[in-house]
Amino acid sequence: MDCRASDRCLRLLACASVMPHLILDDYVRDNLTLTIMYEKRYPVAVEAEGLRKRFGTTEALRGLDLTVAAGTVYGLLGPNGAGKSTSVRILATLLRPDGGRAAVLGHDVVREANAVRRRISLAGQAATVDDDLTGKENLLFLGRLSGLSRSGARARAAGLLEAFDLAGAAGKQVKTYSGGMRRRLDIAASFLVPAGLYFLDEPTTGLDPAARAQVWQIVRAAAESGSTVLLTTQYLEEADRLADRVAVIDHGTVVAEGTPAGLKADMGKGTLDEVFLALTREAEASAA
Amino acid sequence: MTVIVTSTRPEPPGAWIATLAFGYRALLKIRHVPEQLFDVIAIPVVFTLMFTYLFGGALAGSPGRYLPFLLPGTLVMAVLLVSMYAGIGLNTDVSKGITARFRSLPIWPPAPIAGAILGDVARYLIAAGLVTILGVIMGYRPPGGAYGTLAAIGLLLAFALSLSWAWTALGLVLRTPQAVMSTGTVVLFPLTLASNVFVAPRTMPGWLQAFVRVNPVSHLVTAERGLMGGHPSAGQVTWVLLAAAALVAVFAPLTAWLYGRRP
Repeated sequence: MDCRASDRCLRLLACASVMPHLILDDYVRDNLTLTIMYEKRYPVAVEAEGLRKRFGTTEALRGLDLTVAAGTVYGLLGPNGAGKSTSVRILATLLRPDGGRAAVLGHDVVREANAVRRRISLAGQAATVDDDLTGKENLLFLGRLSGLSRSGARARAAGLLEAFDLAGAAGKQVKTYSGGMRRRLDIAASFLVPAGLYFLDEPTTGLDPAARAQVWQIVRAAAESGSTVLLTTQYLEEADRLADRVAVIDHGTVVAEGTPAGLKADMGKGTLDEVFLALTREAEASAA
Repeated sequence: MTVIVTSTRPEPPGAWIATLAFGYRALLKIRHVPEQLFDVIAIPVVFTLMFTYLFGGALAGSPGRYLPFLLPGTLVMAVLLVSMYAGIGLNTDVSKGITARFRSLPIWPPAPIAGAILGDVARYLIAAGLVTILGVIMGYRPPGGAYGTLAAIGLLLAFALSLSWAWTALGLVLRTPQAVMSTGTVVLFPLTLASNVFVAPRTMPGWLQAFVRVNPVSHLVTAERGLMGGHPSAGQVTWVLLAAAALVAVFAPLTAWLYGRRP
């Protein structure tokens, strides 16, 4: 075991003592192994260069560059329509870029889409669960699609429903769930099998503060387990609290990149909100 | 904690397992939202009762003599109306965004559609079974016997599955599930009413007779009457199978293309 791995074990233990209900099932241990494996092979989880995407007359991405180190939580921050979701959709192989290239965990997202799909997990705005099915049925169904055996899917579904505080609603149709419960189920589904990279596309948009805090807890638990998390958000506070590094996106390009603390210091601003406002104002001015 | 478990992400499922998983989902939907199916089946059931007992005597001398003529027709009507759900279901998946999750999984790409077809088969069998049982309760004894009836249901299933590709293509073009439903109804009602389902076209005006004769539903109903009535016509069955093949040839590639194009 190298020292990075043992360091992660310590973090995991620390995390487990804080949130015993959320963590430390077999999954997390599996994931730990997997991530250490991934980190050895690919120190970089995401590498994108000059990504371009156009929808009709609107240019969603105009030369987006992004590098995400493995084992970190990375925040993509930007207003509505900045290109966050388009970036995630391209990186998760749902969309083909018109120009540029991107690799996820060492695999090209266009030429090796299937290799990428075997290593990632998607949740949030970009993915959803089936309203007509119960929470448990959703997890069983998606578990089978993720390659779990029948009994493996059952065990995993039960464990996740428990860990995400959904055991009581397991037999109810998802259409009866609250927004927070839905989102928790959706994120639980993305944790069915271990992934080297989790995409969480606006995981807390539309949630009340209590539900948002629960999702944050889950994201932290995932990060503490050693995986890479790419998170998109419109909420600066969220990026500030969760992300190791942040890229601010506006009009389809990265306008600033760094640690939340570094960005604040560089711009001489006290909060990420002020940094963000200053940056987007600059972008407006240069576009005009 | 010093022991690190060495298990990793499982191998992605094979094509068949993935298809079965989507089929399982389709069956669960029938179980959880049965009203979706039964709302549509109610129409041919009511028509069967109404036409037999209200008009059967006037049309064929007695309800008992009219029913063998009508039942294969309402059977066709029931299954064709239910076939619309192929498009409604796909449209719901795409508009709600669950297809994005499916696409991010390392599965055989046509599995969602192949699995939905398995669900469709279950829906068609339920619809066909209900109408047939209704007929038997009303006193209908198909002269073609069990084999003739099963052959009739089999042919109807083949046609409905082929037609469902037209609905999936429509489901990928239109914006909402409601739009798919209303467009489907607008297409299917004239096709099933202006056919030989309820009456032989002899007494209709010439222009309508011309339409009824080229209407594919009429050919399907004639083939069904032959199979259930114990006088199957190879020509009619072939016509229906060719029409089914033509529907698949046009709409299956169109569906695949439209599905691949969706972000």
